[in-house]
Amino acid sequence: MNISFHLNGRPVTVRVPSGKRVVDVLRQDLNLTGTKEACGSGECGACTILVEGRARLSCLMLAVQLKERHVVTIEGLASGGLLHPVQEAFVEYGAVQCGFCTPGMILAAVDLLKRNPLPSGEEIREAVSGNLCRCTGYARIVDAILAASRRMARGKKR
Amino acid sequence: MNRVHLPRSLEGAWEILDRVPEARVYAGGTDLFVKLQGEARSRAVLVCLERIRELRGIRDAGKHVWIGACTPYTEILSDPSVQEHFPVLSDAIRKLGSPLIRNMGTMGGNICTASPAGDTLPPLYILEATLEIRSHSNTRRIPVQDFILGPGQARLEPGEILSGIEIQKGHPYPVHFYEKVGQRQALAIAVVSLAVMMRLSEAGDIEAIRMAFGSVAPTVVRPLPIETQLAGAPLDEKTLREAGAMLQAHLFPIDDIRASARYRRRVSANILQRLRLRGKASMKDSHRFGP
Ligand SMILES: Cc1cc2nc3c(=O)[nH]c(=O)nc-3n(C[C@H](O)[C@H](O)[C@H](O)COP(=O)(O)OP(=O)(O)OC[C@H]3O[C@@H](n4cnc5c(N)ncnc54)[C@H](O)[C@@H]3O)c2cc1C
Ligand code: FES
Ligand code: FES
Repeated sequence: MNISFHLNGRPVTVRVPSGKRVVDVLRQDLNLTGTKEACGSGECGACTILVEGRARLSCLMLAVQLKERHVVTIEGLASGGLLHPVQEAFVEYGAVQCGFCTPGMILAAVDLLKRNPLPSGEEIREAVSGNLCRCTGYARIVDAILAASRRMARGKKR
Repeated sequence: MNRVHLPRSLEGAWEILDRVPEARVYAGGTDLFVKLQGEARSRAVLVCLERIRELRGIRDAGKHVWIGACTPYTEILSDPSVQEHFPVLSDAIRKLGSPLIRNMGTMGGNICTASPAGDTLPPLYILEATLEIRSHSNTRRIPVQDFILGPGQARLEPGEILSGIEIQKGHPYPVHFYEKVGQRQALAIAVVSLAVMMRLSEAGDIEAIRMAFGSVAPTVVRPLPIETQLAGAPLDEKTLREAGAMLQAHLFPIDDIRASARYRRRVSANILQRLRLRGKASMKDSHRFGP
Protein backbone atom coordinates (compact mmCIF):
# COMPACT_ATOMS: atom_id res chain seq x y z
CA MET A 1 0.00 0.00 0.00
CA ASN A 2 1.01 3.66 -0.43
CA ILE A 3 1.64 5.79 2.63
CA SER A 4 2.15 9.54 2.54
CA PHE A 5 3.59 11.57 5.38
CA HIS A 6 6.00 14.42 6.15
CA LEU A 7 9.51 13.26 6.77
CA ASN A 8 12.11 15.75 7.98
CA GLY A 9 10.08 18.60 6.56
CA ARG A 10 9.34 17.09 3.15
CA PRO A 11 6.32 15.18 1.91
CA VAL A 12 7.08 11.57 1.01
CA THR A 13 5.08 8.66 -0.32
CA VAL A 14 6.33 5.09 0.03
CA ARG A 15 4.92 1.84 -1.20
CA VAL A 16 5.24 -0.81 1.51
CA PRO A 17 3.71 -4.15 2.34
CA SER A 18 1.27 -3.79 5.22
CA GLY A 19 2.72 -5.08 8.45
CA LYS A 20 6.14 -3.55 7.81
CA ARG A 21 7.59 -1.72 10.80
CA VAL A 22 8.54 1.95 10.71
CA VAL A 23 12.20 1.20 11.50
CA ASP A 24 12.42 -1.10 8.45
CA VAL A 25 10.75 1.41 6.14
CA LEU A 26 13.12 4.17 7.26
CA ARG A 27 16.25 2.06 6.92
CA GLN A 28 15.41 -0.11 3.92
CA ASP A 29 12.99 1.87 1.78
CA LEU A 30 14.08 5.42 2.57
CA ASN A 31 17.79 4.76 3.18
CA LEU A 32 17.77 6.67 6.45
CA THR A 33 20.06 4.46 8.47
CA GLY A 34 20.55 6.95 11.32
CA THR A 35 17.64 5.28 13.07
CA LYS A 36 19.06 2.12 14.67
CA GLU A 37 17.58 -1.14 15.76
CA ALA A 38 19.06 -3.17 18.60
CA CYS A 39 16.48 -4.99 20.68
CA GLY A 40 13.44 -4.71 18.43
CA SER A 41 11.24 -4.93 21.52
CA GLY A 42 11.01 -1.50 23.11
CA GLU A 43 13.79 -1.87 25.67
CA CYS A 44 16.72 0.11 24.25
CA GLY A 45 15.48 3.29 22.56
CA ALA A 46 17.97 3.03 19.66
CA CYS A 47 15.07 3.26 17.20
CA THR A 48 13.57 6.47 18.66
CA ILE A 49 12.04 8.94 16.20
CA LEU A 50 9.80 11.98 16.66
CA VAL A 51 6.19 11.71 15.53
CA GLU A 52 4.30 15.00 15.87
CA GLY A 53 7.20 16.09 18.08
CA ARG A 54 6.87 13.15 20.46
CA ALA A 55 9.58 10.51 20.91
CA ARG A 56 8.31 7.10 19.84
CA LEU A 57 9.83 3.69 19.19
CA SER A 58 9.94 2.88 15.50
CA CYS A 59 10.42 -0.84 16.19
CA LEU A 60 6.95 -1.05 17.76
CA MET A 61 5.08 0.88 15.08
CA LEU A 62 3.79 -0.10 11.68
CA ALA A 63 4.42 2.12 8.68
CA VAL A 64 0.72 2.79 8.18
CA GLN A 65 0.68 4.62 11.53
CA LEU A 66 2.80 7.36 9.97
CA LYS A 67 0.07 8.29 7.49
CA GLU A 68 -0.26 12.10 7.36
CA ARG A 69 2.01 12.53 10.36
CA HIS A 70 5.05 14.79 10.74
CA VAL A 71 8.08 12.63 11.37
CA VAL A 72 11.61 13.69 12.31
CA THR A 73 14.55 11.31 12.29
CA ILE A 74 18.10 12.14 13.36
CA GLU A 75 18.86 13.06 9.72
CA GLY A 76 16.31 15.88 9.87
CA LEU A 77 17.45 17.59 13.03
CA ALA A 78 20.21 19.81 11.65
CA SER A 79 18.95 22.74 9.63
CA GLY A 80 20.66 25.00 7.11
CA GLY A 81 23.96 23.18 7.60
CA LEU A 82 23.89 23.85 11.37
CA LEU A 83 23.69 21.12 13.94
CA HIS A 84 20.84 21.23 16.46
CA PRO A 85 22.11 22.56 19.83
CA VAL A 86 21.68 19.09 21.38
CA GLN A 87 23.79 17.54 18.61
CA GLU A 88 26.39 20.26 19.07
CA ALA A 89 26.56 19.67 22.81
CA PHE A 90 26.91 15.89 22.31
CA VAL A 91 29.98 16.51 20.14
CA GLU A 92 31.43 19.10 22.47
CA TYR A 93 30.97 17.07 25.65
CA GLY A 94 32.20 13.78 24.23
CA ALA A 95 28.80 12.19 24.80
CA VAL A 96 29.31 9.87 21.81
CA GLN A 97 31.51 6.79 21.78
CA CYS A 98 30.35 4.05 19.41
CA GLY A 99 27.37 6.22 18.50
CA PHE A 100 24.78 3.47 18.29
CA CYS A 101 22.55 4.95 20.98
CA THR A 102 23.19 8.55 19.95
CA PRO A 103 20.36 9.21 17.45
CA GLY A 104 17.75 7.89 19.85
CA MET A 105 19.30 9.60 22.83
CA ILE A 106 19.37 12.96 21.04
CA LEU A 107 15.77 12.71 19.84
CA ALA A 108 14.57 11.75 23.33
CA ALA A 109 16.41 14.83 24.63
CA VAL A 110 14.85 17.06 21.97
CA ASP A 111 11.39 15.84 23.00
CA LEU A 112 12.21 16.57 26.66
CA LEU A 113 13.53 20.08 26.03
CA LYS A 114 10.45 21.03 24.07
CA ARG A 115 8.24 20.24 27.08
CA ASN A 116 10.67 21.18 29.80
CA PRO A 117 13.23 23.74 28.55
CA LEU A 118 15.29 23.81 31.75
CA PRO A 119 15.26 20.31 33.23
CA SER A 120 17.26 19.26 36.27
CA GLY A 121 19.90 16.52 36.02
CA GLU A 122 17.41 14.19 37.65
CA GLU A 123 14.71 15.04 35.08
CA ILE A 124 17.18 14.44 32.26
CA ARG A 125 18.17 11.03 33.61
CA GLU A 126 14.51 10.10 33.91
CA ALA A 127 13.77 11.36 30.37
CA VAL A 128 16.48 9.19 28.78
CA SER A 129 15.86 6.19 31.05
CA GLY A 130 14.42 4.28 28.09
CA ASN A 131 17.56 4.85 26.01
CA LEU A 132 20.36 2.45 26.81
CA CYS A 133 24.02 3.27 26.25
CA ARG A 134 26.65 0.54 26.52
CA CYS A 135 29.64 2.88 26.27
CA THR A 136 29.55 6.26 27.93
CA GLY A 137 28.24 5.60 31.43
CA TYR A 138 25.67 8.37 30.79
CA ALA A 139 27.46 11.15 32.72
CA ARG A 140 28.54 13.01 29.59
CA ILE A 141 25.18 12.48 27.95
CA VAL A 142 23.45 14.13 30.89
CA ASP A 143 26.02 16.95 30.93
CA ALA A 144 25.54 17.53 27.20
CA ILE A 145 21.76 17.74 27.49
CA LEU A 146 22.06 20.09 30.46
CA ALA A 147 24.44 22.34 28.53
CA ALA A 148 22.20 22.29 25.45
CA SER A 149 19.18 23.27 27.54
CA ARG A 150 20.97 26.28 29.01
CA ARG A 151 22.26 27.36 25.63
CA MET A 152 18.84 27.05 24.03
CA ALA A 153 17.16 28.97 26.86
CA ARG A 154 19.72 31.76 26.57
CA GLY A 155 19.26 31.80 22.80
CA LYS A 156 15.53 32.30 23.24
CA LYS A 157 15.88 35.21 25.65
CA ARG A 158 18.06 37.15 23.26
CA MET B 1 -3.82 -6.69 0.12
CA ASN B 2 -4.02 -4.17 2.93
CA ARG B 3 -4.07 -6.00 6.25
CA VAL B 4 -3.46 -3.09 8.62
CA HIS B 5 -6.27 -0.63 9.16
CA LEU B 6 -6.29 2.82 10.70
CA PRO B 7 -9.95 3.70 11.26
CA ARG B 8 -10.89 7.17 12.50
CA SER B 9 -14.09 6.16 14.22
CA LEU B 10 -15.54 3.20 16.09
CA GLU B 11 -17.96 2.78 13.21
CA GLY B 12 -14.94 2.35 10.92
CA ALA B 13 -13.36 -0.19 13.30
CA TRP B 14 -16.54 -2.28 13.48
CA GLU B 15 -16.88 -2.23 9.73
CA ILE B 16 -13.56 -4.13 9.61
CA LEU B 17 -14.18 -6.32 12.67
CA ASP B 18 -17.56 -7.42 11.25
CA ARG B 19 -15.99 -8.29 7.90
CA VAL B 20 -12.82 -9.97 9.24
CA PRO B 21 -13.65 -11.69 12.54
CA GLU B 22 -10.03 -12.77 13.16
CA ALA B 23 -8.79 -9.16 12.96
CA ARG B 24 -6.91 -8.01 16.05
CA VAL B 25 -7.10 -4.52 17.53
CA TYR B 26 -4.20 -2.67 19.10
CA ALA B 27 -3.45 0.76 20.58
CA GLY B 28 0.18 1.58 21.47
CA GLY B 29 1.51 -1.73 20.19
CA THR B 30 3.95 -1.99 23.11
CA ASP B 31 2.64 -5.41 24.11
CA LEU B 32 1.39 -6.65 20.77
CA PHE B 33 4.52 -6.03 18.66
CA VAL B 34 6.84 -7.56 21.21
CA LYS B 35 4.94 -10.82 20.73
CA LEU B 36 3.90 -10.52 17.10
CA GLN B 37 7.10 -10.61 15.05
CA GLY B 38 8.21 -11.60 11.55
CA GLU B 39 5.90 -13.74 9.44
CA ALA B 40 3.08 -13.68 11.95
CA ARG B 41 3.10 -9.90 11.88
CA SER B 42 2.94 -9.66 8.10
CA ARG B 43 0.10 -12.16 7.96
CA ALA B 44 -2.05 -10.69 10.74
CA VAL B 45 -5.05 -8.48 10.07
CA LEU B 46 -4.70 -5.56 12.46
CA VAL B 47 -6.86 -2.63 13.43
CA CYS B 48 -4.92 0.24 14.99
CA LEU B 49 -7.16 2.18 17.39
CA GLU B 50 -4.87 5.17 17.95
CA ARG B 51 -6.79 7.60 15.71
CA ILE B 52 -10.25 6.89 17.06
CA ARG B 53 -11.34 10.07 18.85
CA GLU B 54 -14.08 8.31 20.85
CA LEU B 55 -11.42 6.19 22.58
CA ARG B 56 -9.18 9.03 23.66
CA GLY B 57 -9.07 11.82 26.18
CA ILE B 58 -9.99 12.33 29.81
CA ARG B 59 -13.33 13.74 30.93
CA ASP B 60 -14.30 14.85 34.40
CA ALA B 61 -17.96 13.87 34.53
CA GLY B 62 -18.64 15.27 38.01
CA LYS B 63 -18.99 12.11 40.09
CA HIS B 64 -16.45 10.15 38.09
CA VAL B 65 -13.60 10.62 35.67
CA TRP B 66 -13.66 8.84 32.30
CA ILE B 67 -10.33 7.90 30.76
CA GLY B 68 -10.36 6.85 27.12
CA ALA B 69 -8.85 3.35 26.82
CA CYS B 70 -6.49 4.46 24.04
CA THR B 71 -5.16 7.60 25.74
CA PRO B 72 -1.36 7.32 25.94
CA TYR B 73 0.09 7.34 29.47
CA THR B 74 1.98 10.59 28.92
CA GLU B 75 -1.34 12.36 28.35
CA ILE B 76 -2.86 10.79 31.46
CA LEU B 77 0.10 11.96 33.52
CA SER B 78 -0.35 15.54 32.40
CA ASP B 79 -4.04 15.56 33.31
CA PRO B 80 -4.78 17.54 36.49
CA SER B 81 -7.93 15.61 37.49
CA VAL B 82 -6.18 12.22 37.47
CA GLN B 83 -3.32 13.65 39.50
CA GLU B 84 -5.70 15.29 41.96
CA HIS B 85 -8.20 12.47 42.49
CA PHE B 86 -6.20 9.30 41.81
CA PRO B 87 -2.58 9.89 42.83
CA VAL B 88 -2.09 6.13 43.31
CA LEU B 89 -2.77 5.68 39.60
CA SER B 90 -0.41 8.47 38.51
CA ASP B 91 2.22 7.07 40.84
CA ALA B 92 1.94 3.63 39.19
CA ILE B 93 1.98 5.04 35.66
CA ARG B 94 5.11 7.05 36.44
CA LYS B 95 6.80 3.74 37.32
CA LEU B 96 5.60 1.92 34.19
CA GLY B 97 8.14 1.17 31.44
CA SER B 98 10.09 4.22 30.26
CA PRO B 99 9.11 7.63 28.90
CA LEU B 100 9.14 6.15 25.39
CA ILE B 101 6.84 3.31 26.41
CA ARG B 102 4.58 5.83 28.16
CA ASN B 103 4.38 7.97 25.01
CA MET B 104 2.87 4.97 23.21
CA GLY B 105 1.32 2.60 25.76
CA THR B 106 -2.26 2.81 27.02
CA MET B 107 -4.35 1.60 29.96
CA GLY B 108 -6.62 -0.23 27.53
CA GLY B 109 -3.62 -2.29 26.41
CA ASN B 110 -2.44 -2.87 29.97
CA ILE B 111 -5.89 -4.08 31.06
CA CYS B 112 -6.54 -6.33 28.03
CA THR B 113 -3.06 -7.85 28.28
CA ALA B 114 -4.13 -8.85 31.80
CA SER B 115 -0.62 -9.53 33.04
CA PRO B 116 -0.37 -10.15 36.80
CA ALA B 117 2.44 -7.58 36.69
CA GLY B 118 0.43 -4.89 34.86
CA ASP B 119 1.22 -1.72 36.78
CA THR B 120 -2.12 0.04 36.36
CA LEU B 121 -4.11 -2.94 37.65
CA PRO B 122 -3.52 -2.78 41.44
CA PRO B 123 -4.52 0.92 41.49
CA LEU B 124 -7.60 0.21 39.36
CA TYR B 125 -8.62 -2.62 41.72
CA ILE B 126 -8.53 -0.44 44.83
CA LEU B 127 -10.13 2.50 43.03
CA GLU B 128 -12.85 -0.01 42.06
CA ALA B 129 -12.74 1.15 38.47
CA THR B 130 -15.48 0.20 36.00
CA LEU B 131 -14.66 -0.67 32.42
CA GLU B 132 -16.82 0.50 29.55
CA ILE B 133 -16.90 -2.06 26.77
CA ARG B 134 -18.49 -1.41 23.43
CA SER B 135 -19.47 -3.55 20.51
CA HIS B 136 -21.28 -2.61 17.32
CA SER B 137 -24.66 -3.14 18.94
CA ASN B 138 -24.11 -2.72 22.67
CA THR B 139 -22.30 -0.95 25.53
CA ARG B 140 -21.72 -2.78 28.79
CA ARG B 141 -19.97 -1.93 32.06
CA ILE B 142 -18.00 -4.33 34.22
CA PRO B 143 -15.83 -3.93 37.33
CA VAL B 144 -12.16 -4.37 36.49
CA GLN B 145 -11.73 -7.39 38.78
CA ASP B 146 -14.56 -9.24 37.01
CA PHE B 147 -13.08 -8.49 33.61
CA ILE B 148 -9.67 -10.02 34.27
CA LEU B 149 -9.71 -13.81 34.50
CA GLY B 150 -6.03 -14.79 34.50
CA PRO B 151 -2.74 -14.09 32.77
CA GLY B 152 -3.60 -12.91 29.25
CA GLN B 153 -7.27 -13.73 29.75
CA ALA B 154 -9.99 -11.13 29.83
CA ARG B 155 -13.76 -11.18 29.36
CA LEU B 156 -13.71 -9.67 25.91
CA GLU B 157 -15.95 -11.12 23.21
CA PRO B 158 -15.07 -11.00 19.52
CA GLY B 159 -15.96 -7.57 18.14
CA GLU B 160 -15.78 -5.91 21.57
CA ILE B 161 -13.50 -2.96 22.27
CA LEU B 162 -12.57 -1.62 25.68
CA SER B 163 -13.55 2.01 25.21
CA GLY B 164 -13.04 3.67 28.57
CA ILE B 165 -12.22 3.38 32.25
CA GLU B 166 -14.52 5.08 34.75
CA ILE B 167 -13.28 5.90 38.23
CA GLN B 168 -15.45 7.39 40.98
CA LYS B 169 -14.11 10.50 42.64
CA GLY B 170 -14.28 11.36 46.32
CA HIS B 171 -12.70 8.27 47.87
CA PRO B 172 -12.17 9.13 51.56
CA TYR B 173 -8.51 8.03 51.57
CA PRO B 174 -6.04 10.92 51.62
CA VAL B 175 -2.88 8.79 51.49
CA HIS B 176 -2.21 7.12 48.12
CA PHE B 177 0.90 5.31 47.00
CA TYR B 178 2.27 2.65 44.70
CA GLU B 179 5.33 0.57 45.54
CA LYS B 180 7.06 -1.44 42.84
CA VAL B 181 9.89 -3.83 43.44
CA GLY B 182 11.71 -4.69 40.23
CA GLN B 183 15.20 -5.63 39.19
CA ARG B 184 16.14 -2.05 38.41
CA GLN B 185 14.65 1.44 38.24
CA ALA B 186 13.56 1.97 34.64
CA LEU B 187 12.05 -0.62 32.31
CA ALA B 188 11.55 -3.20 35.00
CA ILE B 189 8.57 -5.50 35.20
CA ALA B 190 7.34 -5.73 38.79
CA VAL B 191 8.48 -8.67 40.92
CA VAL B 192 6.00 -7.50 43.55
CA SER B 193 3.88 -4.37 43.52
CA LEU B 194 1.51 -2.84 46.04
CA ALA B 195 -1.11 -0.13 45.65
CA VAL B 196 -2.47 1.46 48.80
CA MET B 197 -5.07 4.07 49.74
CA MET B 198 -5.47 4.78 53.43
CA ARG B 199 -6.81 7.21 55.99
CA LEU B 200 -5.08 7.80 59.31
CA SER B 201 -6.51 9.20 62.52
CA GLU B 202 -4.96 12.23 64.16
CA ALA B 203 -3.05 9.92 66.46
CA GLY B 204 -1.63 8.16 63.40
CA ASP B 205 -3.65 4.92 63.60
CA ILE B 206 -5.09 3.32 60.48
CA GLU B 207 -8.75 4.31 60.15
CA ALA B 208 -9.44 2.67 56.82
CA ILE B 209 -7.33 1.09 54.11
CA ARG B 210 -7.53 -0.56 50.72
CA MET B 211 -4.65 -2.50 49.21
CA ALA B 212 -3.89 -4.63 46.17
CA PHE B 213 -0.81 -6.64 45.23
CA GLY B 214 0.54 -7.32 41.73
CA SER B 215 2.77 -10.19 40.48
CA VAL B 216 1.96 -12.52 43.38
CA ALA B 217 -0.86 -14.60 41.84
CA PRO B 218 -2.48 -15.19 38.41
CA THR B 219 -4.45 -11.98 38.91
CA VAL B 220 -4.12 -8.96 41.17
CA VAL B 221 -4.80 -9.83 44.83
CA ARG B 222 -6.95 -7.57 46.99
CA PRO B 223 -6.87 -9.18 50.46
CA LEU B 224 -10.14 -7.86 51.92
CA PRO B 225 -9.75 -9.65 55.31
CA ILE B 226 -6.47 -7.81 55.84
CA GLU B 227 -8.05 -4.48 54.99
CA THR B 228 -10.68 -5.21 57.65
CA GLN B 229 -8.10 -6.40 60.15
CA LEU B 230 -6.02 -3.26 59.75
CA ALA B 231 -8.91 -0.83 60.14
CA GLY B 232 -8.53 0.68 63.62
CA ALA B 233 -5.07 -0.80 64.20
CA PRO B 234 -1.98 1.22 65.09
CA LEU B 235 0.42 1.83 62.23
CA ASP B 236 3.40 0.08 63.78
CA GLU B 237 5.95 -2.57 62.97
CA LYS B 238 4.18 -5.35 64.87
CA THR B 239 0.74 -4.78 63.29
CA LEU B 240 2.25 -4.82 59.82
CA ARG B 241 4.36 -7.91 60.57
CA GLU B 242 1.21 -9.75 61.62
CA ALA B 243 -0.62 -8.53 58.54
CA GLY B 244 2.30 -9.82 56.43
CA ALA B 245 1.92 -13.27 57.98
CA MET B 246 -1.84 -13.30 57.41
CA LEU B 247 -1.29 -12.14 53.86
CA GLN B 248 0.52 -15.37 52.90
CA ALA B 249 -2.77 -17.29 52.58
CA HIS B 250 -3.88 -14.90 49.82
CA LEU B 251 -0.77 -15.22 47.66
CA PHE B 252 -0.21 -17.75 44.87
CA PRO B 253 3.10 -16.65 43.41
CA ILE B 254 5.17 -18.48 40.79
CA ASP B 255 8.88 -18.98 40.14
CA ASP B 256 9.93 -17.25 36.94
CA ILE B 257 12.96 -15.63 35.35
CA ARG B 258 12.51 -12.52 37.47
CA ALA B 259 12.13 -14.02 40.94
CA SER B 260 11.27 -17.11 42.93
CA ALA B 261 7.90 -17.64 44.55
CA ARG B 262 9.58 -17.63 47.97
CA TYR B 263 11.18 -14.28 47.33
CA ARG B 264 7.85 -12.83 46.20
CA ARG B 265 6.18 -14.03 49.42
CA ARG B 266 8.89 -12.54 51.55
CA VAL B 267 8.92 -9.20 49.74
CA SER B 268 5.11 -8.95 49.84
CA ALA B 269 5.18 -9.20 53.62
CA ASN B 270 8.14 -6.85 54.04
CA ILE B 271 6.81 -4.24 51.66
CA LEU B 272 3.91 -3.65 54.05
CA GLN B 273 6.39 -1.90 56.35
CA ARG B 274 6.47 0.89 53.77
CA LEU B 275 3.05 1.88 55.07
CA ARG B 276 4.76 3.27 58.14
CA LEU B 277 7.12 5.43 56.09
CA ARG B 278 4.36 6.72 53.84
CA GLY B 279 2.07 7.23 56.80
CA LYS B 280 4.68 9.24 58.66
CA ALA B 281 5.48 11.32 55.60
CA SER B 282 1.80 12.15 55.14
CA MET B 283 1.40 13.15 58.81
CA LYS B 284 4.31 15.53 58.43
CA ASP B 285 2.80 16.96 55.25
CA SER B 286 -0.60 17.54 56.80
CA HIS B 287 1.11 19.15 59.79
CA ARG B 288 2.93 21.51 57.48
CA PHE B 289 0.16 22.29 55.01
CA GLY B 290 -2.93 21.40 57.02
CA PRO B 291 -5.47 23.76 58.58
C1 LIG C 1 10.15 -2.24 27.08
C2 LIG C 1 8.80 -2.44 27.69
C3 LIG C 1 8.61 -2.16 29.05
C4 LIG C 1 7.37 -2.34 29.64
N1 LIG C 1 7.24 -2.07 30.97
C5 LIG C 1 6.04 -2.25 31.58
C6 LIG C 1 5.88 -1.99 32.96
O1 LIG C 1 6.81 -1.55 33.65
N2 LIG C 1 4.67 -2.22 33.52
C7 LIG C 1 3.61 -2.67 32.80
O2 LIG C 1 2.54 -2.84 33.36
N3 LIG C 1 3.73 -2.93 31.48
C8 LIG C 1 4.92 -2.72 30.84
N4 LIG C 1 5.04 -2.99 29.51
C9 LIG C 1 3.91 -3.54 28.77
C10 LIG C 1 3.07 -2.52 27.99
O3 LIG C 1 3.80 -1.36 27.68
C11 LIG C 1 1.82 -2.10 28.75
O4 LIG C 1 1.06 -3.21 29.09
C12 LIG C 1 0.96 -1.11 27.93
O5 LIG C 1 0.01 -0.54 28.77
C13 LIG C 1 0.25 -1.78 26.77
O6 LIG C 1 -0.54 -0.81 26.11
P1 LIG C 1 -0.58 -0.73 24.50
O7 LIG C 1 -1.59 0.28 24.15
O8 LIG C 1 0.77 -0.52 23.95
O9 LIG C 1 -1.08 -2.22 24.16
P2 LIG C 1 -1.15 -2.96 22.76
O10 LIG C 1 0.15 -3.65 22.51
O11 LIG C 1 -1.64 -2.03 21.73
O12 LIG C 1 -2.28 -4.03 23.07
C14 LIG C 1 -2.10 -5.05 24.02
C15 LIG C 1 -3.23 -6.06 23.94
O13 LIG C 1 -4.45 -5.47 24.33
C16 LIG C 1 -5.41 -5.49 23.29
N5 LIG C 1 -6.03 -4.16 23.31
C17 LIG C 1 -5.38 -2.95 23.39
N6 LIG C 1 -6.27 -1.95 23.48
C18 LIG C 1 -7.50 -2.52 23.44
C19 LIG C 1 -8.83 -1.99 23.50
N7 LIG C 1 -9.05 -0.68 23.65
N8 LIG C 1 -9.86 -2.84 23.44
C20 LIG C 1 -9.65 -4.19 23.31
N9 LIG C 1 -8.42 -4.74 23.27
C21 LIG C 1 -7.35 -3.92 23.33
C22 LIG C 1 -4.66 -5.80 22.03
O14 LIG C 1 -5.43 -6.60 21.18
C23 LIG C 1 -3.46 -6.59 22.54
O15 LIG C 1 -3.79 -7.94 22.65
C24 LIG C 1 6.28 -2.80 28.88
C25 LIG C 1 6.46 -3.05 27.51
C26 LIG C 1 7.70 -2.86 26.92
C27 LIG C 1 7.87 -3.12 25.45
S1 FES D 1 15.15 -1.27 18.75
FE1 FES D 1 13.36 -0.23 19.31
S2 FES D 1 13.60 -0.04 21.42
FE2 FES D 1 15.31 -1.27 20.91
S1 FES E 1 27.83 5.49 22.66
FE1 FES E 1 27.89 3.36 22.34
S2 FES E 1 25.95 2.77 23.04
FE2 FES E 1 26.00 4.80 23.62
